[in-house]
Amino acid sequence: MSALAHLAASLATGAVKTVDLTHTLDPDFPVMILPPEFGQCARFRVEEVSRYDERGPGWYWRNFSCGEHTGTHFDAPIHWISGRDLPNATVDAIPTSAFVGPVCVLDCSAEAAEDEDYLLDVEAIKAWEATHGEIPAGAWVLMRTDWSKKSGAEYLNMREDGAHTPGPTSEAIRFLVETREILGFGTETVGTDAGQGAHLSPPYPAHYILHGAGKLGLQCLANLDQLPATGAILICPPLKIKHGSGSPLRVLALVE
Amino acid sequence: MADWDIKRQGYDGVVAAVPISIPYQRFTPDPAHWWLARALGDLVRGAGLRPSDIDGFTVSSFTLFPDTAVGLTQHLGLTPRWLDHIPMGGASGVVALRRAARAVQAGDASIVACVAGDASHVDSFRTMLSSFSRFAQDASYPYGSGGPNASFALLTDHYMRKYGATRADFGKIAVAQRANARRYPSALMQRELSLQQYLDARPISDPIHLFDCVMPCAGAEAFLVMRADIAADLGLKTVNILSTIERHNAYPNDPIQDRGGWAMDKDELWDMAGIVPEQVDFLQTYDDYPVISMMQFEDLGFCAKGEGPAFVRERDLEITGSFPHNTSGGQLSVGQAGAAGGFLGLVEALRQLTGTADGTQVKDASYGVVSGFGMINYDRGVCSGAAVLAANVTGDTG
Amino acid sequence: MTDPIRKPGRKNPQIRTVQPTLPPAFRSRKALGFTVAAAEGRFCLQRCDDCGKLTYPAREACPACLSMNLHWQDVDPAGQLIAETTIRTSTNSYFRERMPWRSGTVMLDAGVSVLAHIHGDVAPQGRVRMIARTDKSGKGVMMALPEEDVENMADDKQLRELTCDPKHRRVLITDGRTEVGQALAKAMSGAGAGIVFVGLAEQWRGFAGQAALEAIANVEIVPLDVTNTTSVQECAGEIGGKVDILINTAQHTRPGGIMGRRDVVTSRDEMEVNYFGLMRLMQGFGPGMRARGADGVNSACAWVNLLSVYALSNKPDFGSTSASQAAALSLAQCFRAEMAGSGVKVVNAYHGPLEDEWHQPLPPPKVSPNRLAREVRGALQQGLEDIAIGEVALDVRMRWKEDAGVLEKELTQIEGM
Repeated sequence: MSALAHLAASLATGAVKTVDLTHTLDPDFPVMILPPEFGQCARFRVEEVSRYDERGPGWYWRNFSCGEHTGTHFDAPIHWISGRDLPNATVDAIPTSAFVGPVCVLDCSAEAAEDEDYLLDVEAIKAWEATHGEIPAGAWVLMRTDWSKKSGAEYLNMREDGAHTPGPTSEAIRFLVETREILGFGTETVGTDAGQGAHLSPPYPAHYILHGAGKLGLQCLANLDQLPATGAILICPPLKIKHGSGSPLRVLALVE
Repeated sequence: MADWDIKRQGYDGVVAAVPISIPYQRFTPDPAHWWLARALGDLVRGAGLRPSDIDGFTVSSFTLFPDTAVGLTQHLGLTPRWLDHIPMGGASGVVALRRAARAVQAGDASIVACVAGDASHVDSFRTMLSSFSRFAQDASYPYGSGGPNASFALLTDHYMRKYGATRADFGKIAVAQRANARRYPSALMQRELSLQQYLDARPISDPIHLFDCVMPCAGAEAFLVMRADIAADLGLKTVNILSTIERHNAYPNDPIQDRGGWAMDKDELWDMAGIVPEQVDFLQTYDDYPVISMMQFEDLGFCAKGEGPAFVRERDLEITGSFPHNTSGGQLSVGQAGAAGGFLGLVEALRQLTGTADGTQVKDASYGVVSGFGMINYDRGVCSGAAVLAANVTGDTG
Repeated sequence: MTDPIRKPGRKNPQIRTVQPTLPPAFRSRKALGFTVAAAEGRFCLQRCDDCGKLTYPAREACPACLSMNLHWQDVDPAGQLIAETTIRTSTNSYFRERMPWRSGTVMLDAGVSVLAHIHGDVAPQGRVRMIARTDKSGKGVMMALPEEDVENMADDKQLRELTCDPKHRRVLITDGRTEVGQALAKAMSGAGAGIVFVGLAEQWRGFAGQAALEAIANVEIVPLDVTNTTSVQECAGEIGGKVDILINTAQHTRPGGIMGRRDVVTSRDEMEVNYFGLMRLMQGFGPGMRARGADGVNSACAWVNLLSVYALSNKPDFGSTSASQAAALSLAQCFRAEMAGSGVKVVNAYHGPLEDEWHQPLPPPKVSPNRLAREVRGALQQGLEDIAIGEVALDVRMRWKEDAGVLEKELTQIEGM
């Protein structure tokens, strides 16, 4: 029996299940807020074209618009200035093999509940590895914070000095990228970086280091609490947008 | 230098004849053309003429749109050599008379049919008011759309305050006219009216109450102006024209109207007529509201300005009274058939002076005065006119 | 003294909403000059340039000297009532429904007599001061008020037909995130509005002043994002039937013109708010307000557009925003036409640079949010349709009226050249 035939049979019996890691694309879903003099991420917007009416009697369809980084979305290396000169750094050029792969889920939910500015550090990664084994090269690493269970103002957690949400330290990201050679890093928050990531060194280390090394990012993930620490397969193909820096997407995981 | 003030000529050799009234109706579906045609038909038949004998034609009507006198010639099969459209509302009768008289006198026409008439449909009064004039559209209709009731209410309010007129004074005019109307079978309002009923009537636009107002209706009036010799050949009873006046937009700087154009021209009216007011046997005023009749008593010289109320109190205005006034009941009791209202008094005067007024006949009527007043263009009547007429006792030319 | 109007009770759901009817709307082209002045609250008559005669109603030529040079000019509004009537029957449905109606003849001290609506507190033969306003047809009319203010005079039935007094009315302020929105919420509450709905987009983003806003009496926060069609539709679906006055405070202002920007992203944001946002509001709230133009004491009565005065003529350092404001102005003109049958006034409030983050480096004079709110409230209470707020707006509008071409040349002149 081939591997795929085996997978098909497992899917059919329910031995392998799909888990949806995606938020609904909703106009009121928070997006990254930058200082207003900068360009802003477009919100998800929908305009109805027809709905079985004089605009189109037999069909319902709509136009939608959004940014490449709206909702649950994928960051390509070219998204950050550190990845600007890398080959195959846009969503349309990234080898599709990167869109399916093993996934390790680091559960930081307890820490994030304690500390909204919790930073995942190398020690915490090593502690996780002590239990679950070393993160294999070519894996996706997802930081579970249960942040996706928050909504509205609590989700972005914006205060006068900016957002307060968890994320990785620069050392942690450097460790994952350089030592463990991961494929990509994903979070439940609005960015791969912590809300206060601008004040780390380098600023926005997850973006800077991941993309500078050609690694990928996933943000605004949901349902990470339904994934095992190891053993799941992540499926995250972005839209094939010409020269795209990222894309909203449907993220699935296969779990046993 | 030329003399700018030459004396006006008389109306020698010209007479008015054949008074025609088509009985009024409150509402009918018939258009103005129908009413004008009926009046013209009666006029021709009444004179013993053929339509082709009519070589002059004047028309007055508010509701003839989109036609004018021009369209009516083709519509009615007339081929006149002299034509006039006279859109002067309540002054139309006197103005038609004097225009036609000059045309006949000068030989431009021999027999002029002067016709006025209007339709009355259920919504035509509103339609007419809303598009009456540019000034009305711009500056009076938007202020309550009370129509002429509101405009004359203001004149009445002002007149009452300034000259001490009371509602009872106006009531006396209206009540007398109703008594006269009860002897004129075509009047729409025949029910007896007492002064108390007048005073108790519902307010329409204070101080105007129901019996101060005319009832819009459909109808037509007509008469002939023609060479006296032709009238004689036809054996028609005729009336001589002693004098006429006409004035438009008099006293434009008066803040509110309490006198009309007659006041500018009354001396000339009497001079030319060669008689004095006391010789007049009856007066037909334009009575869209009693205050306007009272103003005419003053401005035509029957009494001084401000003495109108006393004048009315001292006189009996009925047909048999000391000062017969609006002998057919006037518009207040007969109805206001649009532009025909401007002919009503003149046509009644012709009946009086040709001895054909039947029930309304003033005994031995020799001299009559007709006056007209028309067109509330904005806040006041703009057109005024008057004529002194005399019975043609000898059957001679005037 | 006028009896104060009482706060209306809740609407009887079994009774059909009174449909709007209008006073006579037709005016000659010349008379529209009076309407233009009335929309600004200016009492004007035509004056002859050649002989100085004042004239009314609107004419093409001077009745004293036949000069063709007649111009609308502000005149002394003092006068005396010399005749009056109380109209009790009318051929016009609008007035018929509002009988009795007081009108009269006023002799102006300026030497012209005019026909006017008369306030109930004017004494017979009394001294008056005239105002010019647009009526429910959007056309200029005159009204005589008592010479001195009297208690509750704004509640006069005939005067209230000309005004958009927030008293007892329900107001929607479309964006409460800005200081202008907050100042207006306070001003409307202070003016006696029954409810002040305040729209808030993206409630997941807090902002300064939120607590103070929520604390204002009669304020109800509603989710509303003018860039989101669904949000506008949902908000209109929920409260559209009880919005009597809508004040659109949603504005997106950014410095910059064309070539400095390199793309249309920011410009698109400007259009999303200033143009499409306005259109979404019009599509969402317009039909309900249009149907409620005669709905009693708290009828729908006004729609207020806050517009940059540079909607009239482009200010290049805010060139793209100016363009979006011009688009909004054009849309407001279309909206006026579409609302014309309802009696709801579409008020354009032109303002100069505001005291806000986007005009922070600009020199004074600038318009403070409080001043803007005060003047908008005043415009509603007085029933004005076109107002300019602040010295800059007044100046630009005056120049624009004088010569739009010259103004364009002035505004696009390169400094120091």
